[in-house]
Amino acid sequence: MREVAVIGSGVTKFGELWEKSLADLVAEAGITAIMDAGIDGTDIDAMYIGGMSAGRFVGQEHLGALAAEVSGLSEMHIPSTRVEAACASGGLALHSGYLAVASGAYDTVVVGGAEKMTDVAGKEATNILASAASREWEAFFGATFPGLYALMARYHMHKYGTTPEQLASVAVKNHHNGSMNPNAQYRREITVEEVLNSTMVADPLHLLDCSPITDGAAAVIITSLDKAKEFTDDPVKIRASAQASDSISLAGRSRFDALPATIEAAKRAYKQAGIEPSDIDFAEVHDCFTIAEIMAIEDLGFFKKGEGGKASEEGLTALDGEIPINTSGGLKSKGHPVGATGIAQIHELLLQLRGKADKRQIEKAEIGLAHNVGGSGGTAVIHILEAI
Amino acid sequence: MSIARYWREIPQRYNLIGTKCGSCGRVYFPPKAICPVCRRKSIGKMEEYKLKGTGTVETYTIIHTPPPHFEGEEPYAIALIKMDEGCYLVGEIVDCDFEEIHIGMKVEACFRRIEEDGTRGAIQYGYKFRKAE
Ligand SMILES: [Zn+2]
Repeated sequence: MREVAVIGSGVTKFGELWEKSLADLVAEAGITAIMDAGIDGTDIDAMYIGGMSAGRFVGQEHLGALAAEVSGLSEMHIPSTRVEAACASGGLALHSGYLAVASGAYDTVVVGGAEKMTDVAGKEATNILASAASREWEAFFGATFPGLYALMARYHMHKYGTTPEQLASVAVKNHHNGSMNPNAQYRREITVEEVLNSTMVADPLHLLDCSPITDGAAAVIITSLDKAKEFTDDPVKIRASAQASDSISLAGRSRFDALPATIEAAKRAYKQAGIEPSDIDFAEVHDCFTIAEIMAIEDLGFFKKGEGGKASEEGLTALDGEIPINTSGGLKSKGHPVGATGIAQIHELLLQLRGKADKRQIEKAEIGLAHNVGGSGGTAVIHILEAI
Repeated sequence: MSIARYWREIPQRYNLIGTKCGSCGRVYFPPKAICPVCRRKSIGKMEEYKLKGTGTVETYTIIHTPPPHFEGEEPYAIALIKMDEGCYLVGEIVDCDFEEIHIGMKVEACFRRIEEDGTRGAIQYGYKFRKAE
């Protein structure tokens, strides 16, 4: 396997983008990334696009060909493939593209992710998202997607003494970071009291413990490390790309205070990169719910199991903390267009590693990690990137 | 879109029938065609196994924002239950004040209507749980 680099990235604004279609978003992100990387259509060997449920959100399947058409690449007949793993579709699209380049099958690949979620009513969007869980054995019996994370939250609180205030501190921190991200959906600062006073969705999770419903797209360009230097002076190396799967249903897992798929994917990623969790300077983690970030920073080895809530409350994951988490604002503030999320995380890593994160730039950004989860933990994808 | 419309009949849903691995003795619910621990050794040895229906609340939540087929039912309690046979499942807790529900509470299965499909009028049944005596 050869080494792979990211040479460019692009994201659209995240939010309720009434005036833009799914195709518009895909085109905008793809073209921005292609321009950023300084490549031409003739340099592109393949495309991968992550999307969870365009068929139900906007009635459009066959995203591979759609992406080829709107990026102006259809006449070149470049192979374009859609990848789906619920909310981890973007991360898994990158893993797929990475394997294709690392194996030598392709040299330069465009990897995108997109979701257009606000064309349907909020309730319908929630119902579509529930298809990331087991329809037959969870959703049927009345378990919602926030409900499954609420089960894990209650379990974590009972076992480790994690508090609602500690959960809320994750949302507060992410909104603070997102207030400095011009592409974020919610750029408003919030307080712990506001989180605790917001509508209860699935006890103990309030509305402000949950990530929103969002339209958006993101894209990155990857190529072999050798070739990267032909295009840019500023390539970022992919030190690891790892995936792990688990039971789609929560009840089928081996434990409930962690996502076993995250623990396993992290183990594989650290092994591939030859590094320890303490070598990671910052990370974008999958905070679809506040409890998800707390479990993630434990499962990734940044904090001991059970200490994630305390670490968050004490500011250890803030921009100026021991290990800044979700400098972009995370899914919570930046928004969570499910198929795009895994790629948008890579975009943020690139900004930080290149020193271009503006007001939210952290001091030491040499090695960053991105953690993308599908459903309630049935899929986990981890990438580790390093500035070179 | 109605979820119920395309549901097959799943008798295991109201009979709580899982499978027991003939190789290691582990009990699974929902039924599995293969034991994830024994894998190849379990092929052809997975036997139907009816759960007793008793278990313990491992964790729970009160749902305030329901899916379409539970609209009007909110708030309602959903729990992750460890069945006495060792497997876990997710189900609603009924006939019980929310204040009474706690981790470690003993529960037993009861069989209830889950939803009614408005178009066909087909009623879907399944298990729910109540506090065990
Ligand atoms: Zn077995």
